[in-house]
Amino acid sequence: MNFQLFLQNLANGISLGSLYALIAIGYTMVYGILRFINFAHGEIIMLATYFVYFGILIFSMPWWLAFIFSIILTSLLGMGIEKVAYKPLRDSPRISILISAIGVSFLIQNLSLVIFGGRPKAFCQPSIFTKMVTFGNVKITSITFITPIIAGILLYFVTYLVNNTKTGMAMRATAKDFDTAKLMGIDIDKIISLTFTLGSALAAVGGIMWGLRYPQIHPFIGTMPGLKCFIAAVVGGIGNIPGAVLGGFMLGIMEIMLVAFLPGLTGYRDAFAFVLLIIILLVRPTGILGEKIAEKV
Amino acid sequence: MNKKTLFMVMAVILIGVFAITGCGQQTEKSPAGTDSDVIKIGVYEPLTGASAAGGQMTLEGIKLANEMYPEVLGKKIELVIEDNKTDKTEAANAVSRLIEKHEVSAIIGSYGSSLSMGGGPVARDAGVPVVGCSPTNPLVTLDNEYYFRVCFIDPFQGKVVAKYAYESLGAKTAAIIMDASNDYSVGLSNFFKKAFIEFTGDENCIVAELKYKTGDQDFTGQLTSIKELKPDVVFAPGNYGESAILIKQARELGIESVFMGGDTWEAPEFLDIGEAAVEGAIFSTHYTEEAPVTEVSGEFLKAFKEKYSGNEANAFAALGFDAYLVVRDAIERAGSADPQAIRDALAETKGFKGATGIITLDENGDAEKSAVIKKVEGGKFVFVGVVDPE
Repeated sequence: MNFQLFLQNLANGISLGSLYALIAIGYTMVYGILRFINFAHGEIIMLATYFVYFGILIFSMPWWLAFIFSIILTSLLGMGIEKVAYKPLRDSPRISILISAIGVSFLIQNLSLVIFGGRPKAFCQPSIFTKMVTFGNVKITSITFITPIIAGILLYFVTYLVNNTKTGMAMRATAKDFDTAKLMGIDIDKIISLTFTLGSALAAVGGIMWGLRYPQIHPFIGTMPGLKCFIAAVVGGIGNIPGAVLGGFMLGIMEIMLVAFLPGLTGYRDAFAFVLLIIILLVRPTGILGEKIAEKV
Repeated sequence: MNKKTLFMVMAVILIGVFAITGCGQQTEKSPAGTDSDVIKIGVYEPLTGASAAGGQMTLEGIKLANEMYPEVLGKKIELVIEDNKTDKTEAANAVSRLIEKHEVSAIIGSYGSSLSMGGGPVARDAGVPVVGCSPTNPLVTLDNEYYFRVCFIDPFQGKVVAKYAYESLGAKTAAIIMDASNDYSVGLSNFFKKAFIEFTGDENCIVAELKYKTGDQDFTGQLTSIKELKPDVVFAPGNYGESAILIKQARELGIESVFMGGDTWEAPEFLDIGEAAVEGAIFSTHYTEEAPVTEVSGEFLKAFKEKYSGNEANAFAALGFDAYLVVRDAIERAGSADPQAIRDALAETKGFKGATGIITLDENGDAEKSAVIKKVEGGKFVFVGVVDPE
């Protein structure tokens, strides 16, 4: 294994890791504010790719318009899911919302199967995302540069929103305590709804980038990325936004390196991600960048 | 996350898993007795999941045959269709549902060797015959006297592709990338390897053997290690979706080798997903429009074009068509809808004229047929040649 090969593998890892990072941001943001893991995140990602597909196929939109259309539609959908499946359970124990999320996840998955059919479809790939850049013997597609840039911008945007704006302050207050936040005059329904809408928009961006890199979509396409990005978020410290990005990159690079250097273990690629999750939960449950928070039980 | 919530999360996940695997198990006995005037033939095919296109193409052929020949022994043939979801366990469940709930006389299916190997033992234990349309792994029918198929098997297919690589492409080295979770892919890869070593006479002609599994989307790790080896051909049989993405990523990494595969690549999605990257890909398949072999081929083509005007006639539809006709023929010869009698009649199938060729089932229940080589050219599958069995 020479140095150029190592660089190529590193580039491949960054390409995969940036996708994980992008999706993990949405996961961790919802968790950070609502202390709730949205298990339907993977399905929202999947729907976003289908919205693009139908936007182009049925309304013959140019790809960039289809992307915007998909992001808006997905955000509205996220808002709708929150209203229907999570809001009525706001005062129930947290576990009820979690079960509701799993239910939503299966519902969307199977509904999509019925509506869209199980045959995998091709996702559009505008040539701007597939251009090749060559450094010596190392070849990198343009999407490998674009995804981390988008992840960086969204990371900055979300961090800024949460830490520096009035809405962000309301979000943080809501995260601390619903009742007290309400007493302080915060419309927590609106804040929670906004969090979900934003989380879904982030999922849509992640889904679109995923589709551009791996242009095959079917109703189960979101499941694995959803789980992997959940792992990435936990590794980085769930609730911590830069941590999600770090976790995503780590997971992507480690996966590729595992396949590249230990080809015999290729079959354990997904298992490896889950082993990593278990190790992190045992050794450092708060994740790499997570802080220790005294949580009320 | 504290221990208590962690425990709860685990519990919820477990419940979720049971909920999905457990549903649809309640059975109602169908009121139809054995004396009814319908004969039921079960179909289990992957209508959803990674092999959905293959299963749906096959089903189109089966339905077409059912429309053209809806009766046998003066009774109506009713198709009972189950989706095996491209899942080995689901395939076994589908077969037992067909047998126990719907009491079918015979079964047709399934696209995908792994799926057929999931369903096979269930049918054998219940004594109901199954005719496979396109599962090509030899293990599907081996030691299962109730499983038959209307297609050739992988030792032959592997040899055909290896021969083409060696003789027509002049390839001296090859790399193999297989889907380790797919019996079809693993089996075919091994037969290709054996045949290619025989042809080249070089023990080291296979420069790399790499693996992935169904559902993987990123193959850059595997492909990067092939890149510097520069093999003449890369043999990568697998589901059309994964294969198309794999070839795309290979081209992005600058791998210039010719990509070769098996019959599963013949799906329109392979072209849609792979786009320009799959140009030049070569694979073997069962049937081609260009060289109709029997008068039934012509009949099938005409009917297919009428019913599914938008779609190209393909090998899987033709094999589904043939599987149905072979079963119907066996029921006719058996003179009853008794599964055991149908099995015995199936084993005697000789010189049956199907759309994909003359079908004679050997002692394993396999058909010996010619293979067709096709190539992707200009965004289409182009017929290259026919290879007859020796």
